[in-house]
Amino acid sequence: MPTGDPVITVQDLAVGYDDRAILEHVSFDVREGEVFVILGGSGSGKSTLLKHMIGLYPPISGHVLIQGRDITEADGDERRDILRGVGVMYQSGALFGSMTLAENVRLPLEEYTMLPRAAIDLIARMKLELVGLDQFSGHLPSEISGGMQKRAAIARAMALDPPILFLDEPSAGLDPITSAELDALIRRLQQTLGVTFVIVTHELASIYAIADRVIMLDKRTRGIAAEGDPRKLRDDSDNPWVRQFFRREATAETA
Amino acid sequence: MASLVINDTPDGHRMLALSGRLDATSVSSIWDRAHRALTDAPDRPVTVDAADVEYCDGAGIALLVDLASHPRRAPVEVVRMRAAVATLYNQFDLANLEHDLDPPAPRLPVVEEVGSATYGLGRDLRNMVTFVGSLTSALVYAIVHPRSVRWKDVFRICERVGADGLPIVALISFLLGLILAFQSAVPMKRFGAEIFVADLLGLSVLRELGPLMTAILLAGRSGAAFAAEIGTMTVNQEVDALTTMGLDPVRFLVTPRIIAALLMTPLLTLFANLVALLGGALTMQTFSIPLVTFFHELDSAVDLTDFLAGWVKSFVFAFLIAAVGCLRGLQTSAGASAVGDSATRAVVSGIILLVIVDGIFAVAYFVLDI
Repeated sequence: MPTGDPVITVQDLAVGYDDRAILEHVSFDVREGEVFVILGGSGSGKSTLLKHMIGLYPPISGHVLIQGRDITEADGDERRDILRGVGVMYQSGALFGSMTLAENVRLPLEEYTMLPRAAIDLIARMKLELVGLDQFSGHLPSEISGGMQKRAAIARAMALDPPILFLDEPSAGLDPITSAELDALIRRLQQTLGVTFVIVTHELASIYAIADRVIMLDKRTRGIAAEGDPRKLRDDSDNPWVRQFFRREATAETA
Repeated sequence: MASLVINDTPDGHRMLALSGRLDATSVSSIWDRAHRALTDAPDRPVTVDAADVEYCDGAGIALLVDLASHPRRAPVEVVRMRAAVATLYNQFDLANLEHDLDPPAPRLPVVEEVGSATYGLGRDLRNMVTFVGSLTSALVYAIVHPRSVRWKDVFRICERVGADGLPIVALISFLLGLILAFQSAVPMKRFGAEIFVADLLGLSVLRELGPLMTAILLAGRSGAAFAAEIGTMTVNQEVDALTTMGLDPVRFLVTPRIIAALLMTPLLTLFANLVALLGGALTMQTFSIPLVTFFHELDSAVDLTDFLAGWVKSFVFAFLIAAVGCLRGLQTSAGASAVGDSATRAVVSGIILLVIVDGIFAVAYFVLDI
């Protein structure tokens, strides 16, 4: 398990919509090079937390430090600068529908670098090859499957080689084989490129396969119910609800 | 078939013996009778005997649950259910079934409603000011750094706004000129003044109708398309993806559309003017006014100022249509109907703004004696 320095620090964060808090007093660190998973039941605020961590919405209170810089306070160029260090893959992939896969991956390179066209093309080809989609570079997102769209979205998120990747429900809606392939890809990228992953999911199979550390959100307490190694939490957690969640047991309360 | 036998025992009990298949088709035939058996004798304890029920689906269980939870003074008991029926029956907690399935929507006091609406209006206004600010900054940036503009997108949008919009603009303008000329020529002919239709048509088309009709058509066509396109991108999180890539959605999505509209709307207006005048000229031929006479009269009635007074408006209209369409698109909330709402709002607010600005132009031209 990687034990690097914290690259993301969440300090006493309260998030929600229209001042209605969904999560309160949330604090944790994400360390360099680890696969960090945010999990919890439906409606526990996983995706909301992720959106606040990448600065899409201002929090009600608290701070998020990405590589030591506070994104909740940043504006304009500084914020753009912080975001250059992260890549985000959204639940739906969010590929630009009017662009081919190659154009989607080329976009951040064209916008942020002064590289010649040939170099941009080569990098885009390499990123697509990395996710196994080099044969589909000329396809529009609507012409490929959901799993392929997610892999293409990872390729686009990695275009500028950000040290941190946020993935929102990467395996949602995928069959078990495609989901396992995606997990293998995440592990490979983490091991070969040293990318830090922050992943929102509730797919237990994925969590056991890829997670170094998890935090578990509980909508009843609006906070973190548990934090640590998923296998240890399954076997040794003091919180019976956490153990049940990891063992996929339903109770009258949770069913 | 489901059947129900009702028996009153000497000890004051009422027995409801159910038998057969209790399913969605058969239950309706005994539902009312079973209910009446309970309401007719509210003080008599009732036992529902389900021993002979062979099969029970959701509707059958609903009947049993409904009888067991009937609000009456004496108790109702369901007995002798087969194991399969009992399993289905026992999954429901009768207390949980009492909540209102369609609770009325909470109504706010009037003051709170007014306050909330005012707050919404203020927020809308603030968003609009913010949008105008970022748009101005993005346009200035585009002028200073023309290479930063995504020209490929601009030309693609130009084709959709301009070339693809040409047939409808031509058709409407031609009919407009034709009808306007015909409607004015008929009464004017009585005074032998039909030649002055050229003056009427020239002034009204060049100064008002040409730019305004083109703009209204574009608001319905391109304004709605901009709102729907950007709205769909918002719903699909593509706008979020742009933001987290550090790319400004206004610069990336709005600027190309504004530039395309600014390039195409004046051209379409020129074309609309020409086609409308042509439509009028053709109509006047049926009133024995030859083309050359019509255009000679037109030339003497309108000058460059009239043409420019109308044409300048098309630039402002273009900006309004594109900006409102894009703003509504970016304001799209979640859900399938949100994109439709944004497109509708883009057209409605676009047309209202066009008419208001046209009125301001009319007053300004009058004051400036143009």
